[in-house]
Amino acid sequence: MLIITCPWCGARDESEFICGGPEKPPRPENASDLSDGDWIDYLIVSPNPTGWLAEKWWHANGCGRWFTLERHTVTHEVRPFSGDDVSGEAVSGEGKHASHP
Amino acid sequence: MQRYSLFSLARNALTSHRNWQAAWRSPPLRDHYDVIIIGAGGHGLATAYYLAKNHGITNVAVLERGWLGGGNIARNTVTIRANYLRDESLPFFVKSVQLYEGLGRDLNYNIMFSQRSMIDVVQTYPKMRDLKRRMLAMDIYGSTYEPISVAELRRRIPSLTGGGPDSRLPIIGGMVHPNAGVARHDAIAWGLARGADDYGVEMHQNTPVEKLLRRSDGSIAGVATPRGDVFADRVAVVVSGHTTTLTETIGLRLPLRTYNLSAFVSEPVQPFIDVVVNCPDSGFYLSQSDKGELVIGGATDPQQSFRRGIKESVFEETVSGMLELFPSFKRLKLLRQWGGSLDFAHDASPIVSKCDVPGLYLSCGWWGGFKAVPAGGLTLAHLIATDQPHPLIESFSLDRFNRLDYVIESGLTSTR
Repeated sequence: MLIITCPWCGARDESEFICGGPEKPPRPENASDLSDGDWIDYLIVSPNPTGWLAEKWWHANGCGRWFTLERHTVTHEVRPFSGDDVSGEAVSGEGKHASHP
Repeated sequence: MQRYSLFSLARNALTSHRNWQAAWRSPPLRDHYDVIIIGAGGHGLATAYYLAKNHGITNVAVLERGWLGGGNIARNTVTIRANYLRDESLPFFVKSVQLYEGLGRDLNYNIMFSQRSMIDVVQTYPKMRDLKRRMLAMDIYGSTYEPISVAELRRRIPSLTGGGPDSRLPIIGGMVHPNAGVARHDAIAWGLARGADDYGVEMHQNTPVEKLLRRSDGSIAGVATPRGDVFADRVAVVVSGHTTTLTETIGLRLPLRTYNLSAFVSEPVQPFIDVVVNCPDSGFYLSQSDKGELVIGGATDPQQSFRRGIKESVFEETVSGMLELFPSFKRLKLLRQWGGSLDFAHDASPIVSKCDVPGLYLSCGWWGGFKAVPAGGLTLAHLIATDQPHPLIESFSLDRFNRLDYVIESGLTSTR
């Protein structure tokens, strides 16, 4: 069982939350200009790292807030989301969406 | 190959079983093969076996990260069934069950296939409608589903004492799938490996593939391993949950997410359940192994995971669902639990396909892939040998996503 820190309520038991899946890049503003391949890539391809993954969580049985945190897909360790860049690229030094150990 | 029979058993008994041959060789790793198959699981070994048997391609290396038969082939709940709905998937799984029926004889290996039927315990009307709809579709393709009454359900599964009229979800009926059964998972891996080895295929254990190698023209060149680079014009990735881990090494993005699916077994008890029991509305299924253990499975973890373990919340949910229908199981001790990594395609159907990298073949997205082992191997071998998809897997190509032409299948355990 994970202990998840809701930005509003603080540390709570995982059973109060529903996982909303991995954080995806923002919706392209120029969707109509994209090639079919890029658009379909945006629609269906999600990050699937063996490592840290930015994830959306919903405090469904609590305050109802949606927020983003980072969870390690091998150890299930949880830590606060380290940035607002969700382009899927690694940020400053340590890989946010993580490499393959 | 040393054939197994009652006579060979008797003959070797006379010499205190000292003269059995190894079931497969352990030759040195060469640096070039015609085909490399990454992953000596059920699908990888079946692919190697059918490549050699049906297509005469024997210069093949199967590379395995751990030991042969130690991956998901040893981490499933050994259920074999074909109760699907869609025209795309039904013929494939019907074929797979048919291949299982002849596989033991074909391999000269006892795979302990026991076609004991699966019984669905239905507790909601939407599920009953879904299963009756599947029954009609299955009729078309020669697979069978038969509705039975609650009384008949309780007669066939006497330990099913919960789910009465006053319970939260009363049982409203059952469906029997007589084509379903179980087989011995190790025997599948070992029998296929022995069969492939007999044709000259090489199995290399403890040979993890670290990355894929491409030529300057973009086509596949081979793989990098700690034992050195190995080259081949055709490489098949048959690694279940770690497909994206490998394909990302050459920048190939796939619509897959990896989840952990867990299972557990009870202590061995006297035989008392002679069918596979599936309770889709309560979220679990079970069968009794030849050793007497109850093999119990439930839902996947609710988040992506590469950890092969059991998640407490999933375990609790599975057990509480089971105890509502089988209250007497409260007294069973649970012995072992385990998990396996599965990759889940965007539409939850498998992918057996070529891709943008010439020479690279993918078999992934299997969700309950144990039942698909023979047909998955048969069709992937056909794809590798001819570069054309086998008719049974034309719908499971990767480019279906480019057309947003999903195969939405309700026969999956994940659909509840």
